[in-house]
Amino acid sequence: MRHVIAFSETLGLSWVSPFARLISGEDPRRQFRAILLEVGLPLAAIAVFLLFWSVAASSIRTSLGTLPGPAQTIEQAGAMWQEYRAEKAKEKLFYQAQIQRNAARLERNPSARTTAWTYNGKPTYLDQIKTSLVTVFAGFLVATLIAVPVGLVCGLSPTVMGALNPLIQVFKPVSPLAWLPIVTMVVSAVYLGEAAWMPKSFVISAFTVALCSLWPSLVNTALGVASIDKDFINVARVLRLPTSTRITRIYLPAALPLVFAGLRLSLGVGWMVLIAAEMLAQNPGLGKFVWDEFQNGSSVSLARIVVAVLTIGVIGFALDRVMVILQRLASFGRPVQA
Amino acid sequence: MSFLNMKGVCKGFGQGSTRVEVLRDINLEIQEGEFVAIVGYSGSGKSTLIQLLSGLSLPDQGTIELDGKRIEGPGPDRGVVFQNYSLLPWLTVLGNIELAVERVFPKYTASQRREHAMRYISMVNLAHASDRRPAELSGGMRQRVSVARALAMQPRILLLDEPLGALDALTRGKLQDEIESIMMAERRTAVLITNDVDEALRLADRVIPLHPGPGAVLGPHFPVPMARPRDRAELNDQPEYRRLSGEINQYLSDLRRGAQGGVAALDPALANLAPVHFKRRRGVANVQTVS
Ligand SMILES: Nc1ncnc2c1ncn2[C@@H]1O[C@H](COP(=O)(O)OP(=O)(O)O)[C@@H](O)[C@H]1O
Ligand SMILES: [Mg+2]
Repeated sequence: MRHVIAFSETLGLSWVSPFARLISGEDPRRQFRAILLEVGLPLAAIAVFLLFWSVAASSIRTSLGTLPGPAQTIEQAGAMWQEYRAEKAKEKLFYQAQIQRNAARLERNPSARTTAWTYNGKPTYLDQIKTSLVTVFAGFLVATLIAVPVGLVCGLSPTVMGALNPLIQVFKPVSPLAWLPIVTMVVSAVYLGEAAWMPKSFVISAFTVALCSLWPSLVNTALGVASIDKDFINVARVLRLPTSTRITRIYLPAALPLVFAGLRLSLGVGWMVLIAAEMLAQNPGLGKFVWDEFQNGSSVSLARIVVAVLTIGVIGFALDRVMVILQRLASFGRPVQA
Repeated sequence: MSFLNMKGVCKGFGQGSTRVEVLRDINLEIQEGEFVAIVGYSGSGKSTLIQLLSGLSLPDQGTIELDGKRIEGPGPDRGVVFQNYSLLPWLTVLGNIELAVERVFPKYTASQRREHAMRYISMVNLAHASDRRPAELSGGMRQRVSVARALAMQPRILLLDEPLGALDALTRGKLQDEIESIMMAERRTAVLITNDVDEALRLADRVIPLHPGPGAVLGPHFPVPMARPRDRAELNDQPEYRRLSGEINQYLSDLRRGAQGGVAALDPALANLAPVHFKRRRGVANVQTVS
């Protein structure tokens, strides 16, 4: 039980711990109070929000009908789940038919050449979520591979920092919408032999994500390295550690909590930017889903977009939790802002 | 020719009109195997002195020689126990010590290195905590790790900067016992910085007060002849100990009175109150703690 409590606190899920403590028989009155505060209050807020939403939504009329309330949204989420199941069933049938077809052909003529087609149905909502996640991670990876080494050099050398600082400050606040046309043109010019597994729209979205999300990591890494505790440097000096050892065993671990704080911000920025980038670059992820529904303009489009909005929010929250865990692991017992 | 030799060492900080002389004309000779304690008020330049001995900073004037060789930078031949432990929080106790061992004994295999580190961890009674990180240790345990790290480097001289200053009185006494028995076994040259005359008299062969500055100089030397091991309880009954304790405390309180004269002119109320409260709180009659 102690592990459950510690683990949930690592996750930043502080509401789990009063339940765990209650089960293990700690002072029930205090735990009930904690549950009321940690669980009851947020649930009440959510209830108020849902109420407000359904009232407000029913009174707003758009050209696509009334704004969907919670009920329509849940209904649409159910419908989208059914669509997904139907699409999967179709896919299964396709492969079964193909296997039978090939088996029959081989029976007739054992030396016949059989072909295995891959199913080419339209991407399901889950496929789109997967595409978005892959794209954001690709962009985030590129951003990390650039930001951490550059941040490290900036942090180690005030000269480099002084030289790069104006550039960083100018590029940091640029919106993804401004980068996108440039990235699009550059990728179109440079990335000629388009591979099937890496379409242009994916590369454009990922690079836009990278360009927008690398700044927090870069700045935080530089700060983490530059603000290293003087005591740690004294240890390195007394031991006369060579530069490479100094970086890997002293500077990087010392900066790690701030590096991860930066990476966490970067992933958050990247996920926000991604939706905009996918809309414009037509990368088949959640952004394109929202855009297509908007263009579609059917009576259920708005409800489907609301489902997407909630999906984006929940995934963003989940990504943030993952980064919090990493940040805590990198902080070696020192406290972390959740 | 003595083992450690400081001649006319001066050190200050800042430039031009904002310059502060912290140490002025420090002269000190230490024999091999000798344990010297330097006592002084907080802010009098004790850490600055250790920084100079460790080579982490260089004197503005004068020379410091270790075994006839001039000190021109830090190195693992001088093991430093820093005032604030300075353990690396991302390494375990064992990891912290192995990092030092790795540098000092680069030819060791992994298992030799581990064995060497564990020997010193056991020496400070921390074998049970060897795979914990510093954040999971108490202040006393952290300081033990710091001592073990310095000892594991098998330095030619051990520099201890107020190693027990941040600890409570009980832990302090216990660690003093440990340090004394370790030093008797290891027989290393050592310089201990402390603000506790009692501690200095328990551990050192010679006690030297630092006459505070600006421009601090070393005061008279007090050789400590009591036989070792020096038991805390018995020590109080030895006339030799009582005499030394009295003399050094007298010297320091004369310094304090001198310093307070200056303060009193500015703020008499503060000057009257401070020492009384201070002694009561410590609750130890014949031990004067300078801080
Ligand atoms: N790097 C530094 N720059 C400027 N002043 C310093 C520096 N280090 C120490 N000092 C000053 O030197 C004096 C002595 O400091 P220190 O040696 O740390 O004293 P102690 O260890 O005896 O408490 C203090 O007044 C402190 O402000
Ligand atoms: Mg000090």
